[in-house]
Amino acid sequence: MTTTRTRTDGWLLWLMTLPFFLLVILFNYVPLAGWSMAFVRYIPGLSIFKSEYVGFDYFQQLFGTGGELPKAITNTLALGFLGILASPLSMILAILITEVGQRRLRKFIQVALSLPNFISFIIVYAIFFTFFSVDGGLVNALLLKLHLISEPTNLLGNESATWLFQTFVVVWKTIGWSAIIYIGAITSIDLELYDAASVDGAGRFKKALHVTIPGLMPTFTVLLLLSVGNLLGSNFEQIFVFHNALNHDRIVTLDYYSYQAGLVNFDFSLGTAIGVFKSVTSLVILFAANGVIKRISGNSII
Amino acid sequence: MVSRQALSSRLFGTFNILLLLLLVVLCIYPFYYIFIYSVSVPDQVSHRQIYLWPSGFTLINYRQIFGLDELARAAFISAARTIAGTAVTVFCTSMYAYALTKPQLRFRKTMYRITLATMYVSAGIIPWYITMKAYGLKDNFLLYVLPTAIIAFYLVLIKTYFEQLPAAMEESAMIDGANVMTIFLRIVLPLSLPVLAVAAIFSAVNQWNTWTDNFFLAPNLPTMQLVLLNFLTDQTSNLMALKTNMATVSSSDIQQVTPTSIRMTITMIATLPIVFVYPFFQRYFISGIMIGAVKG
Repeated sequence: MTTTRTRTDGWLLWLMTLPFFLLVILFNYVPLAGWSMAFVRYIPGLSIFKSEYVGFDYFQQLFGTGGELPKAITNTLALGFLGILASPLSMILAILITEVGQRRLRKFIQVALSLPNFISFIIVYAIFFTFFSVDGGLVNALLLKLHLISEPTNLLGNESATWLFQTFVVVWKTIGWSAIIYIGAITSIDLELYDAASVDGAGRFKKALHVTIPGLMPTFTVLLLLSVGNLLGSNFEQIFVFHNALNHDRIVTLDYYSYQAGLVNFDFSLGTAIGVFKSVTSLVILFAANGVIKRISGNSII
Repeated sequence: MVSRQALSSRLFGTFNILLLLLLVVLCIYPFYYIFIYSVSVPDQVSHRQIYLWPSGFTLINYRQIFGLDELARAAFISAARTIAGTAVTVFCTSMYAYALTKPQLRFRKTMYRITLATMYVSAGIIPWYITMKAYGLKDNFLLYVLPTAIIAFYLVLIKTYFEQLPAAMEESAMIDGANVMTIFLRIVLPLSLPVLAVAAIFSAVNQWNTWTDNFFLAPNLPTMQLVLLNFLTDQTSNLMALKTNMATVSSSDIQQVTPTSIRMTITMIATLPIVFVYPFFQRYFISGIMIGAVKG
């Protein structure tokens, strides 16, 4: 009886896993085979196996002069580093939110500030376009009316402001939601530490400085290293919607460069080569960051 | 001395709340502004800047948009991918997660690890594009549903939850002769509604917001997001196209809408589901990242 049960269950268990495991392979690992396009002169419609093998020609072309690779690397790194620089903001926000005494008000603030995290970048762009566009944008209209500026400014097409502006967009969208992770960490700090600090005469500010911030440091370190590990992972959707002819030189990232080469100019091989370069470099950075995390906290992120 | 500290503490409290409310305005006002623009009379609002209140009140923009076949179709496709995609993700990922908790399943650890690694593996946009095309998913509704059937992050959440369920109920069902599938469907799933709700709500928001697959591979199955994107990138010509279509809808309203009023209204329609859903389900989102954070 028991053996039959286990045997039929064995069948069933495979039925409950194999199709899904197959989907995982099909949609996540099979596309990796497409990397071979970077090593052949791929012509859409023709099989990869029938294409001419060219070795590292496309990588040489990529690193050769005239390409946009240096620009793309600079922009990707700049946006990545600015994002990391901005990351303490969500920790500070979390401390400020937990300082609000009234429970309902605190909840309301929390919900309102984290809402932008859940809208798509198309809507984010629609909002920023509405507020900052050069003709009819609300911010320009207001500043003109108050005579603070004499001509409308085109922030969306301003090359030199691009990095900071894009960082602002990310902060606006994600800060409230990131703060929630810290709020969770704050509630798990031992209350006795606060009581002890009170006895020592510490006020609100001193308690935040000497109890809350040290208590949040482990969380902060892990999240920081996670974002370092994801340094090259600039958000393609964001870059895609905010990209335009005016800000191109400061916004073209590795992802965007790859997309442009492959799906706009139809040079699939070059586009893939850019993608392979990005993936391999990212993996190296991720493992390095993971090594550091292991050293510091004994945990591993991968 | 003590009273001075109490005073500064209260002052800080007040300023803190004011600062936070200012941030709240920065996050909420954009949505509010787009809403009041979408219900303002298009003719009036294009000549007079509004800030706090709509200029007049009309639903003409919404009437026009939903009167258009292509917009109604996009809303339908968005809703369909959200419902079907969420159902498929939750069902497949939870069944997979349950089977992976059974020690008698061989290679379960290997399969689990390979699945988790997908969080860090990305082939890049062009290999992805070529592969999906090769699978025949171009302009195929399955493109919205199949690739997201198994999501590693939800797999971690759900599997962790299953492992914490009391084993006694499963055991008694097993003695009664129920097989592993029956136990999963009749006992484990009903007991796991909280975690399934978390996965469902995350998944629904993602489905509603996703547009890259639509943009690259399914131009003939446009969602609301794509319609908005097209409208943003090429306003004038899209309005012309809209107006040509509108001629057949109702001729009296045509002159009254403007590119901006239509844009605001499409933005509003694409945002509304999130604005309505998020505040009420926020605790599910939070419990989701908290479990995720503990595991990670």
